[in-house]
Amino acid sequence: MSRNEERKQFDRRRRGRNLALLAVLAGIVVLLYVLPFVRMGGGQ
Amino acid sequence: MTPALSAGASAGDYLALLKPRVMSLVVFTGLVGLYLAPGALHPFLAFIAVLCIAVGAGASGAINMWYDRDIDAIMARTKNRPIPAGRVAPENALAFGVVLAVAAVALMGVAVNWIAAALLALTIAFYVFVYTAWLKRRTPHNIVIGGASGAFPPMIGWAAVTGDVTLAPLVLFLLIFMWTPPHFWALALYRAGDYAKAGVPMLPVVAGGRETRKQILIYTVLLAPVALAPAYIGLSGPVYGAAAAVFSLAFLAHGWRVLRDQRDLVAKRMFGFSIVYLFGLFAMLVIDKALGLGW
Repeated sequence: MSRNEERKQFDRRRRGRNLALLAVLAGIVVLLYVLPFVRMGGGQ
Repeated sequence: MTPALSAGASAGDYLALLKPRVMSLVVFTGLVGLYLAPGALHPFLAFIAVLCIAVGAGASGAINMWYDRDIDAIMARTKNRPIPAGRVAPENALAFGVVLAVAAVALMGVAVNWIAAALLALTIAFYVFVYTAWLKRRTPHNIVIGGASGAFPPMIGWAAVTGDVTLAPLVLFLLIFMWTPPHFWALALYRAGDYAKAGVPMLPVVAGGRETRKQILIYTVLLAPVALAPAYIGLSGPVYGAAAAVFSLAFLAHGWRVLRDQRDLVAKRMFGFSIVYLFGLFAMLVIDKALGLGW
């Protein structure tokens, strides 16, 4: 694999990891936002 | 680019650290515990409880892969895992596992209840410290005792709803606990060479194939009444009872065949059926309750 291809693959993987992390963090934000409403609304 | 290639890991490699196939069984049995428990839990909180069980189980898998990276590199079954294959740096895998474990326990405690959180913490600690670090490389009883960690999820699911642990979730725990040895020994029979090469004292490596086959049959016999127990303690009804009897007879037949026939193919079939057996029993518990045909 050439240096250039290696770099492209590295960038692609890093972008994939960053997007996955973004999705996880967004999920946590939504979860923690909804949670108090559910608990205060009588959810046990 | 660094030779460690840690930065070259894909999101899929991190997902692989969570042992998704093991996680599916854990999530399923946890869900069943949650469904069978008396009372109700808000669907959103139930979702969080299952998510925490899944993430906690995955975190234990990641820490296990960090600890076992030396033997994983030796065994054919595990040498392509992200750490031995060089795609994820060991310290990153450890940090990933620890962060997820702490987050799963904290979220379970804050969102659901602290009994379920404590059970989840116990499960993770048992798998990491008792099974992985202590028993796995020291004794052929590793999976007999260590199997407890895989047996906790239905109890956690139950505790998420009720906030306590009674006889019924203990029976579900015992069912998985007794199922684990024949399940893993069937696998170890046809992977004995791999385990021997890595120095893991699985029963076939230490005591030989004949003794392992005998132990598989003994555990399969002991498992049968435990599989029927949900029906006679009133947790489930006759539909489950009949299904458990049929499944157990089939599992016993596999145990008997493994004892009589030493071909790898027979052990492989028993291993495959053991997964169907556990999924089948837990699915029947759900169906039985959904039909409302209790005794």
